Amino acid sequence: MTLPLLVSRSLRQHLLSTLITAGSIALAGGLLMSVWVIKQQSRSTFTRVNIGFDAVLGARGSQLQLVLNSIFHLEASPGNVSEADYLAIKHHPAVKLAIPIAVGDNLRGYRIVGTIPELFTDVEYAPGKKFMLAAGRVFAGDAKEAVLGSFAAQKLGMKVGDSFHPFHGLAFNPNEQHVDLYTVTGILAASNTPADKVVWIPIHGLQTMSGHDPRAATDVSAVLIQLRSPSSGFMLNLMYNKQGNRLTFAWPISSIIADLFGKIGWFDQVLTLIAYLVAVVSAAGVLVAIYNSMSARRRDIAILRSLGARRRTVFGAIVLEAASIGLLGMIAAFAVYLVIATGVAALIRAQTGVVLDPWVFDRVMLWAPAGMIVLCAAGGLVPAWVAYRTDIASNLAPTS
Amino acid sequence: MSLLTIQSLQKSFALPEGGKKMIVDVPAFSLAAGQQLAMRGESGTGKTTFLHLIAGILAADSGSIRLGEEDMAQKREPDRDRLRARTIGYVFQTFNLLQGYTCLENVLLGMSFGPGADRARAKAILERVGLGHRLHHRPRQLSTGQQQRVAVARALANQPALVLADEPTGNLDHKNGREALGLIRETCRETGAALLLVTHDPAVLGAFEEVSDFRTLNRAAEAGP
Repeated sequence: MTLPLLVSRSLRQHLLSTLITAGSIALAGGLLMSVWVIKQQSRSTFTRVNIGFDAVLGARGSQLQLVLNSIFHLEASPGNVSEADYLAIKHHPAVKLAIPIAVGDNLRGYRIVGTIPELFTDVEYAPGKKFMLAAGRVFAGDAKEAVLGSFAAQKLGMKVGDSFHPFHGLAFNPNEQHVDLYTVTGILAASNTPADKVVWIPIHGLQTMSGHDPRAATDVSAVLIQLRSPSSGFMLNLMYNKQGNRLTFAWPISSIIADLFGKIGWFDQVLTLIAYLVAVVSAAGVLVAIYNSMSARRRDIAILRSLGARRRTVFGAIVLEAASIGLLGMIAAFAVYLVIATGVAALIRAQTGVVLDPWVFDRVMLWAPAGMIVLCAAGGLVPAWVAYRTDIASNLAPTS
Repeated sequence: MSLLTIQSLQKSFALPEGGKKMIVDVPAFSLAAGQQLAMRGESGTGKTTFLHLIAGILAADSGSIRLGEEDMAQKREPDRDRLRARTIGYVFQTFNLLQGYTCLENVLLGMSFGPGADRARAKAILERVGLGHRLHHRPRQLSTGQQQRVAVARALANQPALVLADEPTGNLDHKNGREALGLIRETCRETGAALLLVTHDPAVLGAFEEVSDFRTLNRAAEAGP
């Protein structure tokens, strides 16, 4: 009981410094865990998101831009695909399913995407999971009707039966309202995919929206493709990307997103390095906090020694105290982590529709606290050495 | 039967300007089990150093300090710490209580370095010194007289064979000093501990049957500064 009693009383005696130091460790640990988990989950989640498609066919340009535009509903469309090209790939023997999409309008900042009803009836956006309607029904292909993704519906405050005028362009401009009036017929259940933040309408409606160029009335922005076999991808890649020069065949989707993460890997490393540095600085804070209090502690140490405490006991008590500050800090770090990770997850969801889950276990939640506690204990070694060397007689004033 | 036997004990300290100064030079001294002895000594005569040597807080330059079968002067520091915790209770002029701990914890902590913390016994001894109602008070919440009582309880908690008291009434008024002295002597008598008390207070010295002069005992003090 001696060491725990010594440590708990010392922490209590130096409560303010304990709380400040543990607080800085909580921030460092929370930051470290947040950076790590968001990095890991983003990579694994984004590279998994393909809403059930193997490839995307679009205008000639960047594969990444094509995938971001057609799967994640980010970025601008690289251009249009003619109806003939759409029909050609749709009927290609290597293609199992081709779903066209068209973009170019928004509803108060939420992207309007034109497509065909088969997206909601024939596609599994994840193995065994089809888009479900939380309310209403899917739009009719030739009507001015809309289905709202769950996140878009929630943020727009719309329900089945509401109607709206689309706005031209991908960015919201209140002066660019179309005259067409659409009625909401369905709200999608949350799929935790980018589809949640989209306002879906029939592709014909978007192609023929008032004010759009009538010459492009049959064009599509991209075609989402399910292949019959993985080898088909090689064939179509050769056909469109190597032999052709008008269109881009983005395949496989996961490796294109993985390339993106590869390209911004340096940014991850910088963030991680900063988190590590903050952790080291916090551990140094433990050293400074205890070291600075050593002159006030010398008398207590001398009294303990006069009672029979050995040098190694007072040394161990200081190291344990430093480790305990680390432990307290890392317990609080989980709260900091949840605040940061939940905030970032909400931001990512709002921007991409992709959902990160801060509550999912990651091994960093074991090694970061363990590492931080060891680091703090190491920070306690210097003041522990001072305690070890404290002379009893000269600190037990007065003498006679 | 002799509990404490000291022979040819010497201790000197290095001077800042170089060289050494002998502080304690005691050719022979003994104290029987259960004996209570007051030692007269003025400030600066090396009384505290003498008690620190007996307690093993300081290492002797030479000589022997036999406590029963064991020689404190020949032991390594960790063994001196262990022997001190087990066999010696120390009462200081400034009480030397740990301010962050309650009365009970101060006593329990003293016990934990010896035979082991015994909550029931710690409570009992605090009750014995009249502080049964102050178990969970911190030292600063007590009067000086009460603080010295806690120090006495802590010194006696391990049932030591020898209690050393260094000016134990030096920081107390006359009434509290008399009470503290009475308490130390009574509790030592009850537990059978020998008591070696050093002081320059004639009132304290007058309360003892046996008194010796430290200046006579310590040849270094006799030589003068």
